[in-house]
Amino acid sequence: MSEPAPTPAKNDDLLVAMSVRKEFGGLLAVNDLDFAIPQRAIVSLIGPNGAGKTTFFNMLTGLYKPTAGAVIFDGHDVTGKPPHTITKAGIGRTFQNIRLFPQMTALENVLVGMHSRLKGGILGSIFGTPRVRREEREASEKARELLSFAGLRRVDHELAESLSYGDQRRLEVARALATEPKLLLLDEPTAGMNPQETVAFLDFVSKLREQRTIAILLIEHDMKVVMGVSERVTVLDYGEKIAEGTPHEIQHDERVIEAYLGKAATG
Amino acid sequence: MASSGRRARASVRGYRQRAVRASRLSRVAEAWGTLPERTRSLTPVVIVVALAVTYPFYVDSVPTNIPVIKTVPPLHDAVTILVFVMMGVGLNIVVGYAGLLDLGYVAFYAIGAYTAGWLASGQFEQVKVHFGAVGIPSSATGIHISIWLVLLIAAVVTAVGGILIGLPTLRLRGDYLAIVTLGFGEIIPQFVRNGDELHGFDLTHGTFGISPIDPPGFGHTLNSAIGLPVRYDESFPPTPDRLFFWTILALILLTLFCSMRLRDSRLGRAWIAIREDETAAGAMGIPLMRTKTWAYAGGAFFGGIAGAYIATFNSGAFPTQFDFNISVFLLCMVILGGMGSLWGVVVAGTILAWLNFDGLGNIGSWINTTLLPSSHQIDVPKYSFGIYGIIIVLMMLFRPTGLIPERRRKREIEEATHGGPLDQPLYEMRGADEPGAGERGEPGKIPRG
Repeated sequence: MSEPAPTPAKNDDLLVAMSVRKEFGGLLAVNDLDFAIPQRAIVSLIGPNGAGKTTFFNMLTGLYKPTAGAVIFDGHDVTGKPPHTITKAGIGRTFQNIRLFPQMTALENVLVGMHSRLKGGILGSIFGTPRVRREEREASEKARELLSFAGLRRVDHELAESLSYGDQRRLEVARALATEPKLLLLDEPTAGMNPQETVAFLDFVSKLREQRTIAILLIEHDMKVVMGVSERVTVLDYGEKIAEGTPHEIQHDERVIEAYLGKAATG
Repeated sequence: MASSGRRARASVRGYRQRAVRASRLSRVAEAWGTLPERTRSLTPVVIVVALAVTYPFYVDSVPTNIPVIKTVPPLHDAVTILVFVMMGVGLNIVVGYAGLLDLGYVAFYAIGAYTAGWLASGQFEQVKVHFGAVGIPSSATGIHISIWLVLLIAAVVTAVGGILIGLPTLRLRGDYLAIVTLGFGEIIPQFVRNGDELHGFDLTHGTFGISPIDPPGFGHTLNSAIGLPVRYDESFPPTPDRLFFWTILALILLTLFCSMRLRDSRLGRAWIAIREDETAAGAMGIPLMRTKTWAYAGGAFFGGIAGAYIATFNSGAFPTQFDFNISVFLLCMVILGGMGSLWGVVVAGTILAWLNFDGLGNIGSWINTTLLPSSHQIDVPKYSFGIYGIIIVLMMLFRPTGLIPERRRKREIEEATHGGPLDQPLYEMRGADEPGAGERGEPGKIPRG
């Protein structure tokens, strides 16, 4: 990954966050953050625990309403829109703590992800019209392909809760891909993985971008994870952007080192 | 020595016999296994439906001295029991599928019953509207619409009522929703009880209720054409009860069919997803408010039909029918049966409703005559809610998932869809199967300091 970071050209960017701010009571979690994700890029958001990464994430996906600022995605203002609208617009996500639907099968989990792309209504479902049946058949077919793509085999009809930890992580990615995102947000996808698994996962992320032509935003607080895969890295600390640039630049940024290791370590 | 040899021979013979028996059984099981999946799953359903449809023919010949339960419910009670089962299945959409704790389902029942009261009786004597009602003299005042149409109208009106109640309440979650629905469950019966003097207009006839309500029927034209009954209540007993019984059976089958189709649809998946994890469901593109409101409307739809049907069956709608107890009773059916499990709700609903109408009385009198001396008789039905409470507690202790737990469908894995280039995983993860694997000793993770 020695290529230089793509220079953000405002009109071209898939997602632009402008002065996004979030306060919880007196606590300032995210402070006037400017952030952009170019088309088809893999960018990372890193920072120590409690830096505001997930809060920022949740504002992009509509779980939180920003106190101030705006989020423009794909040319549309999605600031403060409900999560399902944002998902339909093309942002898919996974959760830091796995949040599958435990009592649904792997296949059904993926089918739920397709909800906003399917049309079947109440009457069509009750009467079993040919259109709805064909749609359901095609959806199941596609869901199976997604499961295979994410590396899940022979678990279509297993309940999500009975899957192994690693498979649950994969299923979350498959489910997020089922929403047909233009931008995929992965919230600490390698949490709980050992270094080899982490490398394999990041490999998967790169392939994902190439095969599915989507942009990926990765949240991590593990610096090493993101360096190999990201084109651009943004570092947050106490809700503020303290650095932005290529992985190489970030690794040698004094403020980043300070945030991670403390002042004494720099001297 | 000899005796031990004999014993050994005997035991070998025993094993052999058991083995033969087992292999015979396994052959039956094997034959059963070779039947197509569809046949296997449909067989019990067909048997139960056949038993139910023929019930009116054998109910009178069932002996009345069966131990404990004495006898099966008479046809008249069976109709009421089935109406309750239908409501249980309706409530299952709200509570079992979508996971919305609704303590006010009786409101839907009341709306349905009163819609029938308004549209098929002489309640509004100021007007004279007739449409398809059978056996009503043309001079009769009030609104008289064919009961079949009224059932449908009541369903739609109640569904709209469900949406109106749902819009302000469904933003709430969990306990808060339960409390607000409890409130609506109380408001509606209070309203009908006091609705006889709305600015001088008698809407609900207060505590007297609306009575009589027109009976269902098909009229003379259909009677002479294909022999359908003219008017249910004009046939002689036991025929009207039979007609009512078959009709409610058809309505229940319709409800079950719709429930099943909905469960397996895009909407049903969304309901279950909301039940499982509301936040994740929203993030996966499910519009939460709209989807939950549909669940409410769906449950209300069937509650409305049940309410309208019992109103025409009893030929009246009375405010005392719509007690808070009924909401709890219906909730018990869903919990006992297994949340979201259709067959569980049907079985638990039948048992509970039967206990309520006949069972406890029968069991009580059996206990009094066979177990207790005549000086210490107990009145079992008096303790009904205590008994239901005990049943619920025991169920929660020993079988918390319900009588017939919802079995999330495991369709047969179609090997054909596997294989091919997509079957190759793009990455492999080993050792990641334990939660927290690799959490310690990660070199790249630097603690904040």
